[in-house]
Amino acid sequence: MSDRLTVAVSKGRILKEALPLLKAAGIEPAEDPEVSRKLVLGTTRADVDLIIIRAQDVPTFVEYGAADLGITGKDVLMEHGGEGLYEPLDLRIARCRLMVAAKVGDDRILRRPRVATKYVATSRHYFARQGVQAEMIKLYGSMELAPLVGLADRIVDLVDTGSTLRANGLAPLETIAQISSRLVVNKASMKMKHAGVVALIEQLASAVADRGESSCAMGAVSARCSSPDANARWQQGS
Amino acid sequence: MVGSEPWLLPAGIEEILPEEAARLERVRRNLIDVFASWGYDLIIPPIIEYLSSLLTGTGSDLDLQTFKLTDQISGRLMGVRADMTPQAARVDGHHLKRNIPVRLCYLGTVLHTRPDGISGSRSFLQVGAELYGHTGIESDVEILSLMLETLATAGVKRVHLDIGHVGIYRGLVRQAGLSAEDETRVFDALQRKARGDVDELLAALVIPDPLRRMIAGLIDLNGDEEVLSVARTCLVQASEEVQQELDRLVDLALQLHRWIPEVPLHFDLAELRGYHYHTGVVFGAFVPEHGQEIARGGRYDDIGKVFGRARAATGFSTDLKALVRLAKESEDAPRATRGGILAPYAPEAELRHRVRALRASGERVIYALPGQAVAARELGCDRTLRREAGTWVIRAVGHPRVGPGPEQQQ
Repeated sequence: MSDRLTVAVSKGRILKEALPLLKAAGIEPAEDPEVSRKLVLGTTRADVDLIIIRAQDVPTFVEYGAADLGITGKDVLMEHGGEGLYEPLDLRIARCRLMVAAKVGDDRILRRPRVATKYVATSRHYFARQGVQAEMIKLYGSMELAPLVGLADRIVDLVDTGSTLRANGLAPLETIAQISSRLVVNKASMKMKHAGVVALIEQLASAVADRGESSCAMGAVSARCSSPDANARWQQGS
Repeated sequence: MVGSEPWLLPAGIEEILPEEAARLERVRRNLIDVFASWGYDLIIPPIIEYLSSLLTGTGSDLDLQTFKLTDQISGRLMGVRADMTPQAARVDGHHLKRNIPVRLCYLGTVLHTRPDGISGSRSFLQVGAELYGHTGIESDVEILSLMLETLATAGVKRVHLDIGHVGIYRGLVRQAGLSAEDETRVFDALQRKARGDVDELLAALVIPDPLRRMIAGLIDLNGDEEVLSVARTCLVQASEEVQQELDRLVDLALQLHRWIPEVPLHFDLAELRGYHYHTGVVFGAFVPEHGQEIARGGRYDDIGKVFGRARAATGFSTDLKALVRLAKESEDAPRATRGGILAPYAPEAELRHRVRALRASGERVIYALPGQAVAARELGCDRTLRREAGTWVIRAVGHPRVGPGPEQQQ
């Protein structure tokens, strides 16, 4: 069988921060992924290809074996449901938080809050654990608008710097989870291409360890974690 | 609008058209013969029964996957089976009540409420075999070999085996005295091989360091056979129970080398498929170019307890439709045409006898119905039956109508 490995990544912040790690494993894309229109890119390693897809699609591609490995945010994995995949490595890049936010000063205890979010499953689960039945309103972007126009009482979204929150008169209430990008692996690939997959995981793991905690600062400046299409930037009120 | 087209089937429900149906049926017949030749007796459990008996002794996963409806006669809830394994266990435990090893096989439709896997299907043709009443690894070896034979019969090639053992993890958890809730969380993280999550969870628990290391260490215990000797070293401080289970796994590996030397083996002590149900060795089959498991099984001693008798049990099952699809994808040679003979429709006893004789000999014979101009080829026939010089002869399609050449049967 072919021992080629396909790695699924998404354009934007995750890819930007993942490239140095991939480089440490000897993987550099043959073309600049941010510029190229190609969806399959060769790399400096003859046995490794990159495919460029949306972050939200990475778990699907990897779970079904269309890619052997992938890099995606923990937020995406939580929403997708992680049981069909291995996620052996926290790459500690593209860090941010998944948070509940509301209009500044709105700390009402709501019996049945309406929550606008793109993370419907994760949010429903979170509120249920708090003993709250929440109504979900699925949105694809500009969540911050929802409380302002009376569409929702709360929003659940990724918060990086928090500037967009503040610019729209919102404030963070609770942190649902700390988010960073994970390496995910197809289960069948792990078993049938074991040597190649494990070697790559180890190379990436040592690259992550080498970078240590110095990556934190980098993570805080750029935009939002896993949404290359997102236009909102949140500023953390620190 | 979805739902307004009368031909539209529900998501994940499919109909199988002639060509694929023929292929599927061929494989189905061969399989039943293979099972019979291994001494596995066919059972045909009902497709629907009381929910309570369907779900007895199984996890909540199966509950979620089971379609339910109310029985108008008893008022009780019935379920459409989502898995035939518990039904087979009931047959062994309640109906057969034998004290010798019992070998059963089954083949039938199961429905799932939710689509799973690449196919997105909700209706499967589940086929499987179970061996009851033997606790040794020899029965696991037999079931594994029969699973491979099943895949080969369906035309699936280049199979890889993945082997784990839920007893090792379960023993460590017992040794550590984890609460059910903590255990569920650790289990979930282990299944994802999420090292960070596992470390974090274990760090928060009050358990001895060696145990913490052993449980976390399971994540790395995957790979070829060497992993088993690594496991010996890693798990040296584990309980007697865990050591014994590890011994079993090593034994199994040895035996598999003898029985199926050609199949690549992969071991993974953190792979706990069917954890809530299995008790010992668990395994799955994979093929290259397919990103998900194609067959699975393992040991599930004690399942029969609720049906009257706890019996050792090991078995496997797979979806025949998926196997046939896979085999078709990997098929290199073009499919042989089935051929057949087109016979005219005529009120002659001689013709009728001839057609009957041909059919009895295994030929496919189709009458050309009057008033229809259909070419033999369109009906998949490569020959025709026709009258020449007072007798009925078989001619290849395209053979000149009247020819002086020698008569030649094909």
